[in-house]
Amino acid sequence: MQSDWIWGLFGGGIIGTAAAIFLLVNGRIMGASGIIGGLVDGSGRSDWAERAALLAGLFIVPAIVAIAMGGSETHLTDNWVVVAIAGLLVGVGTRLANGCTSGHGVCGISRLSLRGIVATVFYIGAGGLTIVIFKHLLGVI
Amino acid sequence: MRVIVSFIVGGLFGLGLLLSGMTDTTKVQGWLDIFGAWDPTLAFVMGGAIIPMAIAWQLTRGRTPVLGTAFPAPPEPRLGRNLILGSVLFGAGWGLAGLCPGPAIASASFGGPTGLVFVVAMVVGMMGAPTVRTRLDRTMAAV
Repeated sequence: MQSDWIWGLFGGGIIGTAAAIFLLVNGRIMGASGIIGGLVDGSGRSDWAERAALLAGLFIVPAIVAIAMGGSETHLTDNWVVVAIAGLLVGVGTRLANGCTSGHGVCGISRLSLRGIVATVFYIGAGGLTIVIFKHLLGVI
Repeated sequence: MRVIVSFIVGGLFGLGLLLSGMTDTTKVQGWLDIFGAWDPTLAFVMGGAIIPMAIAWQLTRGRTPVLGTAFPAPPEPRLGRNLILGSVLFGAGWGLAGLCPGPAIASASFGGPTGLVFVVAMVVGMMGAPTVRTRLDRTMAAV
């Protein structure tokens, strides 16, 4: 749709504002995988309440807004095996790399971090290659 | 107070992901599908998010956080095997499902059973990551 990029820019601005507040007020980097990972592997025990509160907001606010908008769709595949493998890869990969789209992408690139830029090049490259292989060549997704 | 700020930040993050269309896996997979019906939306989301954050990094100079003691240390210059390998694994999973950690949580309420399968698998992967990291280090040291 034509207006998609406007919503993208607007929504992106809200995401960046959230990350800016988290940095300037709490002094922390808004990286989703680091915040979740620190809770589930025990490495973020000292500030668990802040992590849990951020995740609660991340879950509750879109839930309410989606209801207000009359529902929302993820269009996620029904193939449980693909979804489970994808989830495992995202979980292991983001923790090995120490960041995902928000941490390396938004927060890393915006401070011109070489690690953030290189990580982003590799995850977008691997994602593009995955689409070529599993969608166009094998037709699995 | 820091906990309340964290909740608001998470809420804004989720709102932005929903409004920008990043909880829709077809838009994310569309961005990665350069040989198909390519969808540039994700680039606008990234650009829109990087601008306020770049200003915020400039504002950290010579200051301390409002509710904290210190800003994060400068980025580590070394790249390393884990950064590359981890990003490749993450990208593969991201392409397969069209979900990354933030949108997975933000869409959990309306993503149906498969959305929850993704979140559970992701958490299992995160719990296993320290073991994978240790094994990799040991294997590489032995080679």
